Amino acid sequence: MNSPQIHTQNAIERIVRKDWGQILAILVKHIGDIQLAEDCLQDAMESALNHWHRSGVPRVPMAWLLQTARRKAIDRIRRTKNFESKQAEYALLIEQENNHDYEMTREAIPDERLRMIFTCCHPAIEEKARVALTLRTLGGLTTSEIALAFLDQEKAMAQRLVRAKRKIRDAGIGYEIPDREFWPDRLNSVLSVLYLIFNEGYRASSGDTPVRHDLCEEAIRLTRAISALIPQEPEITGLLALMLLHHSRSCARHDQGKLVIMQDQDRSRWSADLITEGKRLVVEALELGKPGPYQIQAAISAVHADANKHSETDWHQIALLYGQLYTMTPSHVVRLNQAVAVSYAQGVDAAIGLLGDENLVDTLANYQPYHATMADLHRRRGDIAAATQAYKRAIELSDNRLEKNFLGQRLLELGLN
Amino acid sequence: MQYMALIYTAADAGPQPGSDEFNAYIKEYQSVTEDFKQAGVMVAGDGLQGTDTATTIRKRDGKIETMDGPFAETKEFLGGYYIFECATLDEAIKYAAMIPTARFGSIEIRPFMNYN
Repeated sequence: MNSPQIHTQNAIERIVRKDWGQILAILVKHIGDIQLAEDCLQDAMESALNHWHRSGVPRVPMAWLLQTARRKAIDRIRRTKNFESKQAEYALLIEQENNHDYEMTREAIPDERLRMIFTCCHPAIEEKARVALTLRTLGGLTTSEIALAFLDQEKAMAQRLVRAKRKIRDAGIGYEIPDREFWPDRLNSVLSVLYLIFNEGYRASSGDTPVRHDLCEEAIRLTRAISALIPQEPEITGLLALMLLHHSRSCARHDQGKLVIMQDQDRSRWSADLITEGKRLVVEALELGKPGPYQIQAAISAVHADANKHSETDWHQIALLYGQLYTMTPSHVVRLNQAVAVSYAQGVDAAIGLLGDENLVDTLANYQPYHATMADLHRRRGDIAAATQAYKRAIELSDNRLEKNFLGQRLLELGLN
Repeated sequence: MQYMALIYTAADAGPQPGSDEFNAYIKEYQSVTEDFKQAGVMVAGDGLQGTDTATTIRKRDGKIETMDGPFAETKEFLGGYYIFECATLDEAIKYAAMIPTARFGSIEIRPFMNYN
């Protein structure tokens, strides 16, 4: 391949990575159909491949692609049989036809990504499809990349995406930022989709790669974009802070193919830049005076980041924050985390007392972290028999090789003490 | 777009006929129906008699088979419907949420088939 071709290829890859979502969001606004908009953008990408290495990459590639995709859309729509009757529907698009501005500045290009994310994360769409659709439309990931990230078959993922796009079109899910009355529910759905993407990258629940950085970084990038578009919404800032603080520890989370839990991590490998930014954002969010679950979780992560050593962690503060989180989201999983903090702040017996609730034991019976936590608490109390049993159960429930190895090592050490 | 809001409820859920609560519940239905008309979204709406009045038929080999009652035995049954004319699903959700039965039953929102 000669160098202009490589140059063109690189420029296109950069666009897919960085600007795909913004271009697609504008196209959907004008065309009204996600699938058609995607096809037209794909057509425009192919044109770019031909044109750019002949006449060079344009000054603002995004503007060129946007205009080309619009023309492709008009061509496609003109060819449909009832175009005449649908002319009103495409007024906005046709109006743009005479706009030959292939050179408009980036700043002049509107940002419609908020409409896109609220549409893709509409609670009327199945949750897994929301995640996939967001990665496809705003992240520019291909179907096979998304399938790979979620360890799904490509065919199944493609069907999921097709079904979701069809539901948006046929059920009349609007391409708009929701009204105030729907706001809390809808924003919550957007944030939970972003957090699901991040978590999938952070702790691959199955498979052998413990951290899939790409998904974490994609989630952070999207959350940054949303945060810039909706300022003064403390839960968005809180979520961004939470992701940055978690991500700051990703380098220290494994060592020579082994999982390293936080208390054993080499804290000099934590990213100081991410911690600084994360902590600044937590403060900014909390200052708005509307605390929420993401802000509290980010604050907990910030307290961890403040300790130079595990033994210097302010566990009283963390236990209090978990208590506050439990009042907002009273789940057994939050209780479990609170118990870990209490075990360091007040002692192991207090922690075990907190986890005695029968309902909790039932609900978490197949939850691996519950058994891993109980094992650790029993071990610290010196109850080797109970610890052994809990480690064995945790290993049974884990589907991640590194996690299994880690727990197996712990089990082995029990016998040595 | 036109949406049908299908109102599902169980017989033992919500106010029972003959009680004061039931009269208030019926009044509430009259009042939201008026609201739907005022908002310009009301196309149609009706309540259905209970499933004990239902007859299910099917045609097999050219012969009509007639059966008493609903075809499938489910606790929640279709009690009535509204048809709304709305621009988007969110708008339909907004009006469906005003249906009194939404508080203890459930409302299924279905867009009409588009034959164009």
